[in-house]
Amino acid sequence: MSSTELRRTPLYEEHRSLGARLVDFAGYEMPVQYEGIKAEHGAVREQAGLFDVSHMGEAVFRGPNAEKAVQRLVTRDVSRQEAGQAGYCAVCYESGGTVDDVIVYKRPEDFLVVVNASNREKDLEHFRANTRDLDVEIVDESDDWALLALQGPEAESILRQFTDEDLSTIKPFRFVEGKIGGAPAIISRTGYTGEDGFELYLRPDDAPGLWRGLVEAGATPAGLGARDTLRLEAGMCLYGNELNPEITPLEAGIGFAVHLNKEEEFIGQAALQEEKEHGLKKKLVGFKLEGRGIARHGHPVLLEGKRAGEVTSGTMSPTLNEAIGLALVAPGVEDRLDVEIRGRTVPARTVPVPFYKRGKR
Amino acid sequence: MSIPEGLQYAKSHEWVRVEDGVATVGITEHAQEELGDVVFVELPEKGASFSAGDTFGTIESVKAVSDLYAPVGGEVVEVNDALNDTPESVNEDPYGEGWIIRMQVSEEGEDLLSAGEYEKFLEEEG
Repeated sequence: MSSTELRRTPLYEEHRSLGARLVDFAGYEMPVQYEGIKAEHGAVREQAGLFDVSHMGEAVFRGPNAEKAVQRLVTRDVSRQEAGQAGYCAVCYESGGTVDDVIVYKRPEDFLVVVNASNREKDLEHFRANTRDLDVEIVDESDDWALLALQGPEAESILRQFTDEDLSTIKPFRFVEGKIGGAPAIISRTGYTGEDGFELYLRPDDAPGLWRGLVEAGATPAGLGARDTLRLEAGMCLYGNELNPEITPLEAGIGFAVHLNKEEEFIGQAALQEEKEHGLKKKLVGFKLEGRGIARHGHPVLLEGKRAGEVTSGTMSPTLNEAIGLALVAPGVEDRLDVEIRGRTVPARTVPVPFYKRGKR
Repeated sequence: MSIPEGLQYAKSHEWVRVEDGVATVGITEHAQEELGDVVFVELPEKGASFSAGDTFGTIESVKAVSDLYAPVGGEVVEVNDALNDTPESVNEDPYGEGWIIRMQVSEEGEDLLSAGEYEKFLEEEG
């Protein structure tokens, strides 16, 4: 395997020394697993897992029209967002199809928009091309940030050992700019696992020390494999699977992140408004297989023998020990569907998403 | 890396042990490591026949799907039904409890490797 052209995160040496299996992900050499996906998945659900997601992209919007620019680009009404609040939302084309799904951090002086690694260049181009008339500076800070995700019921108690910030006051989708282990950091109560937890934005040089500290304090290193099974159990979209330029955020079931009454209209608002009024052409549903097998991305969905959609993501759920999946289907699909797995038709029933919801502690 | 003597190995990483004309087939230690946590094995029906090199089933880990290739030709006389409930046996004991099928050999496998040859093959491949 040639790795000369792959990029590395500041935590690459940590992954190597932990014996991680490294794969090419969005042009980065990333850990897909350390000990094993099931064990890492379980650690996040039961205790705490630690992910390196430094490959994610960060774009900062500065200047007098920063808010106006972000308003135009994302589906959420960021004017209703307070400084210190993070918001999940989509970026759309005029067609309503999805450019990316992002998190917008509103800071006192600017906006930090966190994008998927695989979309970074496309997004930056889209952001700049659509805001040329505005007085805004859009800076790609992707290489200036390391990003650690500490996720699981024990995340807070572990992180507490490294910071003086009162973590209990950081509510979900809130963040503070503070210090961890003496180093500047954004501490955000967000994640992609369905568990409580934090995402920690640090300077690259500060990341390896904190990583080692958190592991010593009991966080289990977890790779992209577990990240995918965790997010799927939690019913969260993955760009490239549930979202793409042909799929609108309404179809993907993230209408909660789409504010159609924005005064400053976002790109794609008219198309989504129309889609909402005329009814969705396809919709995302969760399902569990009733026959043997595992549904995977791209497998056809059938309804009474006729093609009715496609599986967007599927796996054997480590928590439920059942084959679960998400599928983009025609409106007629209700309680049941079939999945064609390598020529075999396997019955499935639709179920509410998320598949897994954490209990109150 | 465990590569027991006395078994034969296919380049597609199945092992086969022939006793009294019956071949027991599984996947190697190396193969299960590459796959990661095995969560599903699609087994053939008892009585099905395969030529050497045919796909006789699939094996899935959390992340990956792999075909299983018959190292020899013949009729399937037994399948390891226990894998339906405990597919992780393939990870934990690939040469024992994690066996996959037994075949009545009617066709010798081609290009099967001895333990030493398989070890060398892995080194060259890796």
